[in-house]
Amino acid sequence: MADDFILSEAGAGALLLDVAAGAFDEDRQARLLALADSLSGADGIEDVVPGMNNLMVAFDPLAVEAGEITRRLVDGWRTAVATARAGCEHRIDVVYGGPDLTDFAAGLGLAVDEVIGRHAGAVYRVAAIGAMPGFPYLSGLDPALSAPRRAVPRAGVPKGAVIVGGGQAGIMPITAPSGWHILGHTDFTLFDPHRVRPATLAAGDVVRFVVAGVER
Amino acid sequence: MIEILSSGALNSVQDRGRRGSLASGVSRSGAMDRPALDAANALLGNDAGAAAIEVAAFPFRLRFQAGAAVAVTGALAETRLSGRRLPPWWATEARAGDELTIAPPTLGARVYVAVSGGIDAPLLLGARATELKSGYGGHEGRGLRRGDLLPLGPRLPGRLPEGGIGALPPPGRSDAGRPLRLLPAAEWPEFSEDARRLFVAADWQVTAEADRQGCRLDGPELVRARRRELMSHGIVPGTVQVPPSGRPIVQLAEANTCGGYPKIATVIEADLWRLGQAMPGDRLRFALASRDEAVAALRETADWLDRLRSAAALYRAS
Repeated sequence: MADDFILSEAGAGALLLDVAAGAFDEDRQARLLALADSLSGADGIEDVVPGMNNLMVAFDPLAVEAGEITRRLVDGWRTAVATARAGCEHRIDVVYGGPDLTDFAAGLGLAVDEVIGRHAGAVYRVAAIGAMPGFPYLSGLDPALSAPRRAVPRAGVPKGAVIVGGGQAGIMPITAPSGWHILGHTDFTLFDPHRVRPATLAAGDVVRFVVAGVER
Repeated sequence: MIEILSSGALNSVQDRGRRGSLASGVSRSGAMDRPALDAANALLGNDAGAAAIEVAAFPFRLRFQAGAAVAVTGALAETRLSGRRLPPWWATEARAGDELTIAPPTLGARVYVAVSGGIDAPLLLGARATELKSGYGGHEGRGLRRGDLLPLGPRLPGRLPEGGIGALPPPGRSDAGRPLRLLPAAEWPEFSEDARRLFVAADWQVTAEADRQGCRLDGPELVRARRRELMSHGIVPGTVQVPPSGRPIVQLAEANTCGGYPKIATVIEADLWRLGQAMPGDRLRFALASRDEAVAALRETADWLDRLRSAAALYRAS
């Protein structure tokens, strides 16, 4: 069987295992998360970072050989089984509205209410946490809501903005630049650095959005 | 306590940064010139993980409310302790009431000021480093300003000899023209042969878009032969991304934990300090290295630090 992954170096102290095969794949992601769990806390390993159908492992190259990490990643991937992480389920209240909603719906040829219905009707899974503190990459977006990112990113998308971009959904944990479309707003806290686990959501968790209001 | 008398928002409490929280979206942060931070702590006998002040806005002034030992390393800048000029990479005893003044650097961008016992900012997610981009860690999650009072950790026994002691700079510090060493990254094979050749042959210029998060470089446009969208993936400081503009960005201490741009290469860990000391307008070049060279360079720096730590301990004990 041909290998179904690409392994690359990210400096002397990190390796990236990329198992993507075209579009995002839930089964591969579940296998990656199982592999991530098996590597966390191992000797010399500093960070295990799941991405979208990829996994980065950062280690101290003076404490552990890259070959050893390579072996653990490759063997681990070949034998990883997609066991569903015992993830939590989160219901997140959203007030729909904001600067993009009307144009976003029009661009897709949908009514605003249909965009809201499809966004709040889907069941999402947290594929990974990253980029920003506590930011969830959510899979499970209704394909009808898949649209290219804004040609010009906004300089400051506010904390709490409920956003979609490409085939993904997310929520802004802090105010930051983003090219995704804003569909609404939530008060849900995604990140608190004073907690032991600073990110509220974790990879493997399930998220549902609840319509708490619509601003027109 | 030390009292900040004059500062800019870019000056912050930093240590070796955070490990183990990248998967929560928490950037590493920490000193942009790690060997300089390490040297300052080693001269004072501080814990390797002790926090110091990273000074990137000048002039910088502070006052000692009680006696303490102080070490100043990193960029070359005229440094005075109550009028007395300190040599570069130097540690000395300060008395209560002494004022430390640091002028704009003549070479480099960031100066490190460590104090015996370390800056006692709260430990947050395993470190005291300030994350300026997201506003947590360090002193109240922000840069230092006039009037800030910074508490110090408990000081180890032993005093520095009269006049103080200095550190020999870490390996490679004297050769400013040496290229930054790279390992090829995931999308290296997807760049055209021309782009790869240009990347290592060209003179790159540090643009004004350079901060703790990353450093954008100006030079030839790097064309990726194969166009495909990447899915978001973990990245580390040193990652050289090439966005559609073709102008590379080197990710640094406060880099986002995940990104989606193609990565042509990674600056090796042992050379990252060079970008921490780069000023807009500076020119730099890249050269490919092997994994073995990258690890050997790290080990060389670690050995230098061990020797410095032992030597400094001898002087403090005597």
